[in-house]
Amino acid sequence: MRKTVIPFGPQHPVLPEPIHLKLTVEDERIIEAIPNLGYVHRGLERLADIRDFHQMIQVVERVCGICSVIHALCYCQGIEEIMGVEVPPRARYLRVMWSELHRIQSHLLWLGLFADSFGFESLFMQFWRVREKIMDISEATTGNRVIVSVNVIGGVRRNPDPEQIRWVLAQIDWVEAELQRLEDTMLEDYTVKKRTVGKGVLTRQQAYELGAVGPVLRGSGVAQDARQTGYAAYGELHFEPVVETDGDCYARNKVRFRETLASIDLIRRAIHRLPDGEVRTKIKGIKPPQGETVNRVEQPRGELLYYLKGSGQKTLDRVRIRTPTFANIPPLLVMLPGHFLSDVPVVTLSIDPCISCTER
Amino acid sequence: MFRMTPNIVRNLVVRKSTRMYPVEVREPFAQVRGELFNDIERCIFCGTCEVKCPSQCIQVDKKACIWTCDPFACVFCGVCVDTCPAKSLYQKTKYRSPTGERIIISQQGQPRKKDKAKDRAGESGTPKGSGEEKADPGGDPAT
Ligand code: SF4
Ligand code: SF4
Repeated sequence: MRKTVIPFGPQHPVLPEPIHLKLTVEDERIIEAIPNLGYVHRGLERLADIRDFHQMIQVVERVCGICSVIHALCYCQGIEEIMGVEVPPRARYLRVMWSELHRIQSHLLWLGLFADSFGFESLFMQFWRVREKIMDISEATTGNRVIVSVNVIGGVRRNPDPEQIRWVLAQIDWVEAELQRLEDTMLEDYTVKKRTVGKGVLTRQQAYELGAVGPVLRGSGVAQDARQTGYAAYGELHFEPVVETDGDCYARNKVRFRETLASIDLIRRAIHRLPDGEVRTKIKGIKPPQGETVNRVEQPRGELLYYLKGSGQKTLDRVRIRTPTFANIPPLLVMLPGHFLSDVPVVTLSIDPCISCTER
Repeated sequence: MFRMTPNIVRNLVVRKSTRMYPVEVREPFAQVRGELFNDIERCIFCGTCEVKCPSQCIQVDKKACIWTCDPFACVFCGVCVDTCPAKSLYQKTKYRSPTGERIIISQQGQPRKKDKAKDRAGESGTPKGSGEEKADPGGDPAT
């Protein structure tokens, strides 16, 4: 049988962002996939040379819009560590609340896009309708919908009052009820299962060896989540990672769906234990960061890693960002061979590719 | 097989989730950071906003007392509002509406009364063309 090379992307209806996969197919089956990245490189790391370390918060938030809170959180934690700034307890809990809200909105976005990738348009609309509520919560509590600019070095900028907190609780109750209504469709429907079960299998061994992160890793049965390190207030919230063992697209789908519900639970727990007090430590008078650090947090897509180095100047020497999708591309290349061409969109989306993050 | 059906049936009877957007607009939330304005009467032309703005869209001419902002470069982060010592900057809860032409907001203010040296030099109460002035220098971004 002759081999054919078919380009998949950079523009493709199922892809939210440009990634190019060069697929070698034999008949209809994939035998090799070669990725080609670099379409949306923006050089954000380099901006650290000209923007001061406070302004970099707004820059790192724009590495990835979908998880802007978590990028800023990781960056701020790193700088706080270098400068030796203590974050007030209320700010730590609020950071958890906003991080989890962002995780929910990112997972809902993905669940919708995933449904779209196998052509289930009405389910896609349902998830995005629910997501809109989360965007409203973000907008009402932080001031913006997506890039919320709420983290600062030393704490957070907004302090929701008790009435707002009650409103947030009521809203997430609604979100949970709506999600439970969709659970049956997303996890048990015949068409969904037909397109996802047994597709793109990544064994536990492969996931571990190839350095998969996030839901891809947990879908293959490895219980690893950066939130277990207990950053912000996760250490006090008895966090348990969500794990599935099958390693196929369906397992990853299930991990994300269950994580969404787990995040709602985490928000409730964080709000119930929310301490009173300050939300921001004044950092006036402390010298600009001098030293280096590595900080990692859990993004919706997996583990995010920041390396920061400062030499007591206003601008940092180096900001190095390793995003989860970067780590998940090698596993993707192992998942694809052996599948039909028509399964490529589903398998590709199952790693939740965020290309603008990968290329920064 | 028909697991989506209950949802679909339910959607037929519950309220619509979408709005007829340009006709029907939702009330903005109280704390939203929208369009940026400068109450030029209170501005002391210290230049803090120019230094702090991460997108560098503000220029302050301290001598001539002119505050310029490129509203399309503003990312609504609110850093300038937080740091303005005179509290002259504020953000409305509405976002800027789309427009076909590029504008630069340029506001001319008066030097502060505290600035005694200048006060003594000029006669008191000289009108200096204060207030808001929205100029649209067409090809300005090039310069
Ligand atoms: S920070 Fe405030 S007072 Fe200072 S120049 Fe800007 S707007 Fe004027
Ligand atoms: S809101 Fe942010 S981007 Fe806009 S002018 Fe103020 S500091 Fe600059």
